[in-house]
Amino acid sequence: MNTFKTAVSAIALFAVAGTASAADIKVGVISILEGAFAALGQDGIRGAELAVQEVGGKVDGSSIEVITMSSDASPDSAVNAARKLIEQDGVDLIVGPLSGSEGLALRDLSKSYPGVTFINGSSAAQDTTLRDSSENFFRFGGDGAQWMVGVGNYAYDELGYKSVAVIAEDYSFPYTQVLGFMAEFCSAGGKVPEKFWTPIGNKDYSSVVYSIPQDVDAIFVALGGADAVNFLTQYNQAGGDKPIIGGSITIDQSILDSKGPFKELLIGAPAGTPTVSDYDGEEWAAFAASYTDAFPDGFSAPSIFAHHYYMAAKAAMLALDEVDADLSNDQAAFRDALTDLTFVTPTGGMMRLDENRNGIVDNFVTEVFEREDGSLGNRVVKVIRDVDQLLGQDKETFLAAGPVSRDNPSCP
Amino acid sequence: MITGMGGHMTLFLIVTLNGLTLAALYFLAASGFSLIFGLMRTVNMAHGALLLLGGYVGYSVVDTTGSWALGVLSGGLAAAFAGAIVQAGVLGWMQGDELRQTLASIAISIIMADLMLWYWGGLTYQVELPEALSGGQRLPVLGVGYANIRLALMVFALVTGLALWFLIQRTRLGAVIRAGVDDQDMLRALGFPINRIFILVFALGGLLAGMAGVIAASALSIAPGTDLQFLLSSLVVVIVGGMGSVGGAALGALLVGLAEQYGLAYAPTYGAVFTFAIMVVVLAVRPQGLLGRAEK
Repeated sequence: MNTFKTAVSAIALFAVAGTASAADIKVGVISILEGAFAALGQDGIRGAELAVQEVGGKVDGSSIEVITMSSDASPDSAVNAARKLIEQDGVDLIVGPLSGSEGLALRDLSKSYPGVTFINGSSAAQDTTLRDSSENFFRFGGDGAQWMVGVGNYAYDELGYKSVAVIAEDYSFPYTQVLGFMAEFCSAGGKVPEKFWTPIGNKDYSSVVYSIPQDVDAIFVALGGADAVNFLTQYNQAGGDKPIIGGSITIDQSILDSKGPFKELLIGAPAGTPTVSDYDGEEWAAFAASYTDAFPDGFSAPSIFAHHYYMAAKAAMLALDEVDADLSNDQAAFRDALTDLTFVTPTGGMMRLDENRNGIVDNFVTEVFEREDGSLGNRVVKVIRDVDQLLGQDKETFLAAGPVSRDNPSCP
Repeated sequence: MITGMGGHMTLFLIVTLNGLTLAALYFLAASGFSLIFGLMRTVNMAHGALLLLGGYVGYSVVDTTGSWALGVLSGGLAAAFAGAIVQAGVLGWMQGDELRQTLASIAISIIMADLMLWYWGGLTYQVELPEALSGGQRLPVLGVGYANIRLALMVFALVTGLALWFLIQRTRLGAVIRAGVDDQDMLRALGFPINRIFILVFALGGLLAGMAGVIAASALSIAPGTDLQFLLSSLVVVIVGGMGSVGGAALGALLVGLAEQYGLAYAPTYGAVFTFAIMVVVLAVRPQGLLGRAEK
């Protein structure tokens, strides 16, 4: 009996090892597939898979295997996922993670794995690339501040808001988003008298709802997933009537596709985002069509996460193709190819990296509208091309303002 | 909405009211958990999953039929049925071995959560409220708008609490349950079909959880992860209040709900700490919970 068991385990081991070595290049994808961000994370995976499907799962004769791992929005879960992918699955590249503080953690981790290339998914904390960047960590996308470019000016100049209260989750990505909004809004002359930072996954916002000062013109809401739904619902139920300004994931398609009466509150709300589900650009239409073809059970259009994981995986495929899928010499040639890569993004702009390996991107100011079938979508108010991480400011001054935090920036 | 200036007292009262309504929800969620523990000494870690199942089923029913009451009922029944299956099919085999039951129920909760993610996806769902419960009331004295559903929550909790109390203190089934809490072996020796009673209690716990799920999905929202949030809050509530006592669950829910809301309003960043600080103090001073009886 014991010999039998040993034999079976040995065969099982070989079988596992056998499948593991079948692919030539292994790509680990880290996304959030549990908890409040699960729907968004699932869409990120779709984006990465789409890029691999587009090249037929092969680059220059080398087959590509995608291995997914879930994190839970916490930095240590992302680190554990990456360690598992590198040490047990032996991946060559990592695409991910999804959330802000996870990105900071993987940036740090990447320094101890110089043989693996990390390509950021949709995580958008500022300091992932701006301060203390890592040689093998790339971000083919913007940070949360780049994603808000245009909104502060639009709110002040076009909508006439002079005073705005902020409600946001208490971690690095919303800090960065608030910076992006306030950088423009405050220098235009606007005031932000109060900021409410709430824990991720908070369910009951009613006490925050009642603390919002009455004399503000609008509320800037930078909450994601279920948090945004909960806040907006409770604000709506309490009779709240201030106009909403949305963060990049507050008014993502996944939120607009969620069920519930709160959505009325969002019609007409402006937001800053690198991804517009109803964008009528030619490249976007093609991208959205291939997304819908590949994933009929996905959202009605690709979300910000599908878009960013797609760009990350696409950059990897393009750079691999350029070096004939050669990852020798600690992937040196591959990384050079990534660094110098330029490609047309689904939003029609030209993706390229700055000196910190952070993307120079397109950004949109959008507005929520009701489609004919009653569902909600975002339409473009303004496109801003070539947004860099310094938001067009001088590097010295920008860095001197210090890292973002609960209290920085401030203009009460 | 309240003006920032001169609204401190009003804000305090509103936050207190929020704490009470949140406590009502926590009580609804925790009462079934506490009931099951009280009789069977089973820490049912699948309680949150039952709650979420009830919420999802309730959503689907309201979405198809348009009747909220029917949604609450069917959410409750679905979770009751699932609870009965869990007890009859899995936990019943390990009666008396609490640690194994706890571990098995963790496994069940993970499996259920994944199945629900597969079936309902990861979107956030909100149950559409009936006309009478949607919208808000202008509160007298305070002069601010307040959501009807939150006021109704307190009524639900009160009715549920009284019904539970009546069931346990005044009916024959309640007498059997109480006897079971005190001396299971004697009850068995007297010829009561204790396995059937266990299944019934589990179904009752599931019913409460499922209805709480639909109500949570109406007042707040449900999404993957809601199961763990409510499991955690239920655990804290019964640890603070004392396992297996309806009054204890009510007191625990009150403390946790208020602490969470005061925390959120006055120290948002540290909101979660207050809840656990209360738990730590209770465990240090009165490990059986405020209204719990010490183990003999």
